[in-house]
Amino acid sequence: MTGLFSEVFLSALLFGAVTAAIPLLLAGLGEQMSEKAGVLNIGIEGMMLAGAYLGFVGAFYSGSLWLGFLTGAGGGVAVALVMALLCVRIGLNQIVIGIALTLGLEGLTALLHHFQFSRSYPRLRAVDVTVIPLLSDIPVIGPALFRQHLIVYLAVALVFAMGYIYRRTQLGLNLQAAGDKPAALDVAGIDVVRTRTVAVLTTGALAGLGGAYLANVGAGLFIPFITNGAGFLGIVLAMLARGRPVWVLFGALLFGVCLSLTTAMQVAGINIPTDVIQMLPFLAVMVMLVLFGRRASLPAALGIPYERGAR
Amino acid sequence: MSVAKRDIVALEGVTKRFPGVVANDSVDLEIRPGEVHVLLGENGAGKSTLIGMLSGLQQPDEGRILVDGEPTAITSPRHALALGIGTVFQHMMLVPTLTVAENLLLGGPWWQRPKTEELEARVAEITRTLGITVKLHAKVSELSLGEQQQVEILRAMVRNSRLLILDESTSMLTPKGIDELGALMRRLVEQGLAIVFITHKLKEAAAFGDRISVLKLGRKVGEIPPERFRALGEQAIISEIVELMFGKQKDDPEAAERPVRTIRAEAAPLLEVRDLAVAPTDDAPGLSSISFDICPGELLGIAGIDGNGQKHLAEALAGQRATVGGSVRLQGTPIEALSVGERRQKGLRYLTDDRLGEGTVGTFPVSINFFLKQVGAAPFWRKGVEQRAEIDKRAAQLVREYDVRTPSLKTPVARLSGGNIQKVLLARELAEGAKVVIFNKPTYGLDLSNTLASRQRIRDTAARGLAVLLISTDLEELLSMCDRIAVISNGSLVGTVENADDARTKVGRLMIGLAA
Repeated sequence: MTGLFSEVFLSALLFGAVTAAIPLLLAGLGEQMSEKAGVLNIGIEGMMLAGAYLGFVGAFYSGSLWLGFLTGAGGGVAVALVMALLCVRIGLNQIVIGIALTLGLEGLTALLHHFQFSRSYPRLRAVDVTVIPLLSDIPVIGPALFRQHLIVYLAVALVFAMGYIYRRTQLGLNLQAAGDKPAALDVAGIDVVRTRTVAVLTTGALAGLGGAYLANVGAGLFIPFITNGAGFLGIVLAMLARGRPVWVLFGALLFGVCLSLTTAMQVAGINIPTDVIQMLPFLAVMVMLVLFGRRASLPAALGIPYERGAR
Repeated sequence: MSVAKRDIVALEGVTKRFPGVVANDSVDLEIRPGEVHVLLGENGAGKSTLIGMLSGLQQPDEGRILVDGEPTAITSPRHALALGIGTVFQHMMLVPTLTVAENLLLGGPWWQRPKTEELEARVAEITRTLGITVKLHAKVSELSLGEQQQVEILRAMVRNSRLLILDESTSMLTPKGIDELGALMRRLVEQGLAIVFITHKLKEAAAFGDRISVLKLGRKVGEIPPERFRALGEQAIISEIVELMFGKQKDDPEAAERPVRTIRAEAAPLLEVRDLAVAPTDDAPGLSSISFDICPGELLGIAGIDGNGQKHLAEALAGQRATVGGSVRLQGTPIEALSVGERRQKGLRYLTDDRLGEGTVGTFPVSINFFLKQVGAAPFWRKGVEQRAEIDKRAAQLVREYDVRTPSLKTPVARLSGGNIQKVLLARELAEGAKVVIFNKPTYGLDLSNTLASRQRIRDTAARGLAVLLISTDLEELLSMCDRIAVISNGSLVGTVENADDARTKVGRLMIGLAA
């Protein structure tokens, strides 16, 4: 038990929490945008998997992590394109299509990975970190928060960029109107289908990026089903955050700590069955839902396809 | 070019069909600057569809729309806005979670920052000339309906609209709000705007309009141009509109001579209703002190504009809706405390207007739907087991008797046409033991031949000595069938008229809130 609260241990715990939080953050921010525009994006788990697989493949063959992020985001966008076509343009049921996409991508990525690498799991080399001077010298927090890959800082910056978009830009207004009262947006002369398509594709890019981070930075390799529910946690985060990107960040960090604690407690050899420890993040979801979920307000038109002049 | 006031928008022979319904049938309309053009008509007259086409939500199937004299296809709401056509819809088109300013800014290019300062200056200028005040930074959900409507009008002005369409804009306003809207419209047309004002309230039409067009069942049945409008007094205008809205048209295929029936006056009423009351809900006025009698063989009609408590009345009588007072007697026995099933047992039958939702189970076969209200009862069910042979035998009989056109007894009832579903309902409700039958909009949405068949069936029901309550929004229907017609308005019966020669005018006047 002595090792549990040592500086090194706490620092590793926090570092792990950030690493675990980033994919959740990206997924949550993406889902938030879709939901704001009125599309319940259950397929986000599939988008993350596509991003993880293509992101890994991109980084593995090119040797460039950044190219990996790019192909990962591209993979997410490709899946989102299917979602946008079926659910936004044609107006099919968002839940059914979302589940289908997730299950389909689980199988497809596992299959492709098997063809390519058979049963081997090649690793990427360790990532370069960007060390922020001065801040990184703070004990415990410094090494955990300020010795991360550049994309981590960018993801956190994205939180504030999103906040700006939602509150200060015309695009933010359009997105919110598309989710709360699409007919009002339509009669204001803005194409609802196009607005929602933009939102879904952005979600795909962010989820794909999150998946790529998970595989390339978090794990350093791709294994089938690697996302393990991260997309679904993203959906929970987006619902709890009530449209505020900053809340997604807090939520993602909280879950990140839980996930990291799971690993840390196993490493520390605490005598609790690992199954119980692994339930921790999901227990946290339920606790958060009980505490905050009842007041979570969702956009009025969430999940409802828009049809002009429907009667 | 020499005409001072050219049409901003004109409709020529515009027709719009929806599956099974002709919403607009060859409508002509001229809309001029400086005029309030009132479109008057009952629900279902086709007013909203007409607006949908002007605002780019729908496209006409036939005919054309001229904008500034040029034939124009208005392809989208954005296009309508660009042409200077601004619409204030019946249902508010504001995003409740955004502020007034944000709502007004909605629709700008997405890559730009919202131009708040520019908007504020523009709004200040417009509100000054119109004499209204608007709280720009309040959330829309915090505004009253009247304020929201002013925001919508303001939005149309901010977008430089030349034609402002107000769709049933007074339906949610207080009397004071209505007067304010009238004054605002007057100021707007004085600035050279054209206004199309849609309403089904006659007094508003006469008070606020310059020109009135009357729509009825999708057709334009008459127009009062400004010259005549000014020449006539308010009373003369109202009586002219009553004639247009409720007047009998020639060559009406639905016209049928009503056979003169004599009701035995000495017979005791089959159904006696006294002071029936239902508590109001959010979207319906409830019922207050409804009283009437129906004798054996009598057909009592309930007329009124839709949504005035007709459905509540039918449901309260059938036992499907809780009442807060009053009594209902069937052959002298009080039934107000009985359940739906017990009332049915006693002989009270109700044909709902919601044929597929409440009347039948769409996925069940035709045969089972005949006996939905007898599920579990002998001879069709024994010890909880369905007696297929018994059901099919009786169902086949009913199909023949009521001329239900169905591919087979096993066909799910939802696949039948509306007319045939109605026949299934008629067969079920008129079966053995019926004494009092309530029909709610029995011909709503049916084609002509099924309409006529249903009406004949209802007449026959009364002729068999049953008491019939016929609720309908179609005045022609009531006039062609009923012995007496009661008018329901805002949840109470405002008058009962013997169906004699002058009944049409009397009922029409009662319906729009004038004494008979």
